[in-house]
Amino acid sequence: MKYSMLDLWVGLFIVVGVAAIVFLSLRVANQTTLRANETYSVTAEFDNIGGLKVRAPVRSAGVTVGRIADIYLDTTTFKAVVKLEIEEQFPFSSDTSASILTAGLLGEQYVSLQAGVDTETLSDGDDIWLTSSAMVLENLISNFMFNAASEGDQ
Amino acid sequence: MLLQPLAGIGGKANGLFSRVGLAGRFLLETVYYSGMCLRRPRLVIKEIYFVGVLSLAIIVVSGLFVGMVLGLQMYDTLDRFGSGEVVGMVVALSLVRELGPVLSAILFASRAGSAVTAEIGLMRATEQISAMEMMAIQPIARVVTPRFWAGVISLPLLTSIFNVTGILGGYLVAVNLLGVDGGMFWSEMQDSVDFRLDIMNGFDKSVIFAIAVSLVAVFEGYHATATAEGVSRATTRTVVISALLVLGLDFVLTAFMFRGI
Repeated sequence: MKYSMLDLWVGLFIVVGVAAIVFLSLRVANQTTLRANETYSVTAEFDNIGGLKVRAPVRSAGVTVGRIADIYLDTTTFKAVVKLEIEEQFPFSSDTSASILTAGLLGEQYVSLQAGVDTETLSDGDDIWLTSSAMVLENLISNFMFNAASEGDQ
Repeated sequence: MLLQPLAGIGGKANGLFSRVGLAGRFLLETVYYSGMCLRRPRLVIKEIYFVGVLSLAIIVVSGLFVGMVLGLQMYDTLDRFGSGEVVGMVVALSLVRELGPVLSAILFASRAGSAVTAEIGLMRATEQISAMEMMAIQPIARVVTPRFWAGVISLPLLTSIFNVTGILGGYLVAVNLLGVDGGMFWSEMQDSVDFRLDIMNGFDKSVIFAIAVSLVAVFEGYHATATAEGVSRATTRTVVISALLVLGLDFVLTAFMFRGI
């Protein structure tokens, strides 16, 4: 085979291969980790995080505004500390409240932010102090059963 | 008398370890003589044509069918839980993380690796390699490095093409055949496939497999016994060792990359 034909085929092969990589990066994957530099992080303490996982979405009014970067246990208060990374373009007031909700009945859990009325906004390293924990199914059921039992006594 | 089997095992182990050491030295020599590929890029381009372009057909067809089967099987199971839409996510994740790199590497080893081994082994058997040494041409630089680097460049590209055709095959089955909503297919996929975690790790895997498979192919060819039988054994060994190496490496890499997620 002539060298020019060889070059043509190899060039075509490399172009198709690179196009496949670009397709995988742009069409198949999400680019949240590529924009990591445009976020600010705040922490929130919860009594119980249920099944929340790192990289779960942070949503406000249903719109994804960030991701969960880290979860660890504070060994002095024994509360779960959740580090949220929120995109720069979404400023939240400093009295924003955070709650852990579930998408669907048994689906993934996420953190929902409810904006407050304060004019000051949250900045990098701030704390969200208004939090409500995840709903734990066992607790709900035991509450319900205790209520039913005490009603039966009367 | 009793020690005979033990000595046999020891001898086998000795042979195995010295071969692994020889392969390691061979890899260093190959990298050391790689300057030839920069001075004469045509050599590499010719080999990319043989190992990469000519492997395209089998990679595209296999990728398409693997994706279509994944789509069918996964939809069947997922639909029982009323979540047939996530089939896009399952197809993409299983292809990008595991099936793409592993299957492409095994196909590449059987399609291109065996051919490279046979070619170099035949050069050894017909004393072309000795002839090069006589003419003061370094055979590793002239014969081995272009084939090695062609493999290392080709396999990651082939893996990406395999992944894309697989996902398109899954789309074809899920959307056109089973009636999953096309928008849901892509959005579920984009929601859970992460660029760094899934795409980059899958790509890293394919680069490591490419180095392993290419090294096995050129090494087995170069160190083949210089007879017809030796070449045939070397070719068989290339395919067997490559497949085992890829599967073993895949377990180790997965344990490091995706643990605890």
